[in-house]
Amino acid sequence: MSLKGNLHNLKEKYKGTKMAPAFNAIHTFLYLPNEVTNAGGTHIKAADDLKRTMNIVIMALIPCLLFGMFNAGYQHYAAIDNSLRADVLANFFTFDNFWIGIIKVLPLVIVSYGVGLLVEFIFAVIKGHEVEEGYLVTGMLVPLIVPVDTPLWMLSVAVVFGVVIGKEVFGGTGMNILNPALTIRAFLFFAYPTWMSGDKVWVYDAVNRTGTADAISGETILGSYAQNQEVAYSTFDKFMGFIPGSVGETSTFLILVGAAILIFTKIGSWRIILSAFIGAAVMGIIFNQVIAAEIITESSKFYGLMSTVWWEHLTIGGLAFGAVFMATDPVTGSQTNKGKWIYGFLIGFISIMIRVFNPAYPEGVFLAILLMNVFAPTIDHYVVQGNVKKRLNRTKVKTA
Amino acid sequence: MSKDIRIKKGLDIKLVGVAEKNTTNSTQSSVYAVKPEDFHGITPKLVAKEGAEVLAGDTLFYSKSDERILFPSPVSGKVTEVIRGARRKVLAVKIAADATQVYKDFGTKDAGKMSAEEVKNHLLASGCWPFVKQRPYDVVANPSQAPKAIFISAYASAPLAADLEYTLAGKEAELQAAITAVSKLTAGLVHVSIGADAISPLANLTGIEVHKVSGPHPSGNVGTQIAAIDPINKGEVVWVLTPQDLVVIGELLLTGKLNLSRTIALTGSHFSAPAYVTAISGATIADVTANNLKDDNTRIISGNVLSGKEVKAAEFLGYYDNQITAIPEGDDYEFFGWNKPVFNKISTSRALTFSWLTPKKKYDLNTNTNGEHRAFVVTGSYEEVFPLDIYPMQLLKAFMYKDLDEMEALGGYEVAPEDFALTEFVCVSKQPHQKIIREGLDLMREELG
Repeated sequence: MSLKGNLHNLKEKYKGTKMAPAFNAIHTFLYLPNEVTNAGGTHIKAADDLKRTMNIVIMALIPCLLFGMFNAGYQHYAAIDNSLRADVLANFFTFDNFWIGIIKVLPLVIVSYGVGLLVEFIFAVIKGHEVEEGYLVTGMLVPLIVPVDTPLWMLSVAVVFGVVIGKEVFGGTGMNILNPALTIRAFLFFAYPTWMSGDKVWVYDAVNRTGTADAISGETILGSYAQNQEVAYSTFDKFMGFIPGSVGETSTFLILVGAAILIFTKIGSWRIILSAFIGAAVMGIIFNQVIAAEIITESSKFYGLMSTVWWEHLTIGGLAFGAVFMATDPVTGSQTNKGKWIYGFLIGFISIMIRVFNPAYPEGVFLAILLMNVFAPTIDHYVVQGNVKKRLNRTKVKTA
Repeated sequence: MSKDIRIKKGLDIKLVGVAEKNTTNSTQSSVYAVKPEDFHGITPKLVAKEGAEVLAGDTLFYSKSDERILFPSPVSGKVTEVIRGARRKVLAVKIAADATQVYKDFGTKDAGKMSAEEVKNHLLASGCWPFVKQRPYDVVANPSQAPKAIFISAYASAPLAADLEYTLAGKEAELQAAITAVSKLTAGLVHVSIGADAISPLANLTGIEVHKVSGPHPSGNVGTQIAAIDPINKGEVVWVLTPQDLVVIGELLLTGKLNLSRTIALTGSHFSAPAYVTAISGATIADVTANNLKDDNTRIISGNVLSGKEVKAAEFLGYYDNQITAIPEGDDYEFFGWNKPVFNKISTSRALTFSWLTPKKKYDLNTNTNGEHRAFVVTGSYEEVFPLDIYPMQLLKAFMYKDLDEMEALGGYEVAPEDFALTEFVCVSKQPHQKIIREGLDLMREELG
């Protein structure tokens, strides 16, 4: 008998049992189910389902992941031998670099998916609902937004926390208030701050070598600016992503490729992406004007990041990654089209504000997005109230 | 003065199996049935008991809430069976038809000389009242209310819909008589919408306000047109009629006979020869589709694929329907169906779905859900196919958690289930939108009146 037939028989056998959701999760992964539409309602349905939607996001993330794997090795070797930076293109796509990616980045991906999906399966079995697809994207996002040297046990703890507290307690995918991937990042940030900031964790092995003769630096660009230091990287390096940072967020170029995929497939909201960049640019320009007006001078601890040219803000740190892959989460973002403009704009605006005013931990994007996650329903409320008012006015005009 | 309606948001679902423009008479069925469930919200009180002889036009049952609303037998014959379901709910009244039809005579009328009250009483007495439906709530109209306007959509944009230009051709006299009559029921206007480039038989009638409609489905939905012309506010009522029902009313006025025969479009890929037939309301499906069906694993739908009802061959044509659709059932698994590129299905996204490349192509869609039921996740996709000035997802959610204030504030009075057919079609989470709306409207009707 065929695989299809066997699986169908197994499905019928387990129907109604506790393990049915777990089995169905694997079954529907292989086969689109044989469900037909109800007798009432539409008899036909469009081709898209949640699995397909999530799959597109993962595909948009793959370039960032592959680049991050090369970059893990490149930053490691370049930190040891600075001369490698002289010819980036020749020294970047090497197998040695990729090997570091395999031994350092791939385990992050495996642990993220393994732990997260295990939690999802357990909850699905306990609560008797189907395993939802949301974690497919979260599981890919998480390894891309943590430093390469994050210990795996730490990641596991954070994933369990993020999935349980960030999502399952609210009722699963579609019900959560905060972006689960960012909840995981925030947990790591507040629980293990020394592993999430500073000048070591961003480059593989920098932590281990601290205090030895082979010590290497893993300072990020944001970190350097925050300490009013000069930054050696060229604009090209920053835009293409040949810089230290979290695993997958360094390459603004590939993030924009991902944005193009999301926007073209209509999976990601172009309104949020565009307005987030606009918001960040506006805040950057305001800060530049403050510098130009000489209100803030070089002695200030804000000078470094405030004097950074506004368009450079868009290419460094996690801003682009956050705007494209995190802010566009439809569940935690604004749901109305008008609301999306406001929501995206404020994310960009607040990100740069946190970045500048919090030089000790200059990465503000994830905090800005989490903050706006909380306010998204409020934004939507007022947008929808506008529609309600219009309806009420119509009645008033009639009766007046 | 005519106000044109241009709809931008929407989706034309192009399917295989457009009915060819030739009409045959279907053989008369031996059994007809009237199903109270076709008249949503009506609790029937039976008049015709099993074994009673009825004429075409005789009352079978009336509405428990308003005894004036009568429901007639479509044919003359003998009531053979009253099918009951749980709690003795009447599911269908079956009538074995006579070989030659005998019609009850309601007398010819000159619509122009009738008063509003006379028109209303005549429609009620002849069993034509169920043709008048009302918004809000999308139910048979309450004859005691005064509608602010009457809306008639003579433009069909639903998938594979019967071409009204074709099915109504030559019925101008009946349509005019009916419109003259029903226009007396409202102090407002009678709005008739026709296709922008159609030569509609309704275009030159008198006593109407003509609107030319263009744009993708749901531009033909009367709900879309009401919203564009004169939206419903709280406390207001509008009445809605379909052109094919107006023909029945017109014939009643002109001849005194209630003739429920109409032209039915047989559409969809599982008809071997999609075409038009004439049949009487309530006819056995198998007789209407007579040997035309490819019967292997077929879903037969009384109505269109978006808001029709599934029927079996032994069941009966819906009271209001002028279309039967037959499409393949999709009860099979598809290997990696969730991630491989899709060329043979329609999608409004471009998520490795390629229907955007071939906007003219006709698709042979089956009944597979293409995915499992999920919570609402994706945002912004409904708005692309939803032309009303309403937030569709917010309204659906309000209807689900049954907050009456919100249901009212967000536009609950302005919608009917069919307005949410396209959002249901594109829904990534495969939520049953029309069912949610129907149940919510029933609740509103119960609680708010």
